[in-house]
Amino acid sequence: MSILHTVNKSPFQKDDLKSCLAHANEGDAVLMIEDGVYGAIAGTAASQDISNAKAGVYVLGADLAARGIAQDKVAEGISVVGYDGFVDLATEHSAVNSWL
Amino acid sequence: MQEETIKKFMYMNRKAPYGTIYALEALEVVLIGAAFDQDVSLAFLDDGVFQLVEGQDTDGIGVKNFSPAFRALGDYDVTKLFVEKESLEERGLSPDDLMELVWEDEDDDWAEKPSIRIVTRDELKSILGDQDVILSF
Repeated sequence: MSILHTVNKSPFQKDDLKSCLAHANEGDAVLMIEDGVYGAIAGTAASQDISNAKAGVYVLGADLAARGIAQDKVAEGISVVGYDGFVDLATEHSAVNSWL
Repeated sequence: MQEETIKKFMYMNRKAPYGTIYALEALEVVLIGAAFDQDVSLAFLDDGVFQLVEGQDTDGIGVKNFSPAFRALGDYDVTKLFVEKESLEERGLSPDDLMELVWEDEDDDWAEKPSIRIVTRDELKSILGDQDVILSF
């Protein structure tokens, strides 16, 4: 069993990303979407939590682009995925947990 | 005849009770979902632990105090309320600050048993990893 976690809030405003990363198991995936994508920027207050995570960390490219975050700003170890990648992640894991 | 599949449903509560409608809505969904005979558990973490604090009195703010409804969960066979220890401690709370919630075990001469189980963050993490469906509020 593994879980795809989605986080849609900025980590600078809410603690959802932090809590999600602390509760994600190895083999899980954490996908940042909507305002959650601000968490993917390299060198921020959220970066340490992400690099400590056991789960795979992903970010949705369309939401990055919409917010003017270039992909070269994305921290190392985070994979940028499209909507097709989002679908793949949803099917590869047995459950989805939307952190609201 | 197809065997009925029982799935493990986890309702995750991460928000305080009255600032938003999430907590009340989550409880409504749990009560509705209880009709479907699934393996249901609830998790209270982050600000969600405030939902279970004893002595809530909403008379002064004009909204319904829904905390007594937690006492009804046992009658709907919702008997597993996992409360995260670290979330309590971070908020200056201890298990003694929470409502006493019990369920009656029909397999044990209707003995009253506590519904609230205090678990560590790591324990909750592995409980989450064991679920078929997670609904987050």
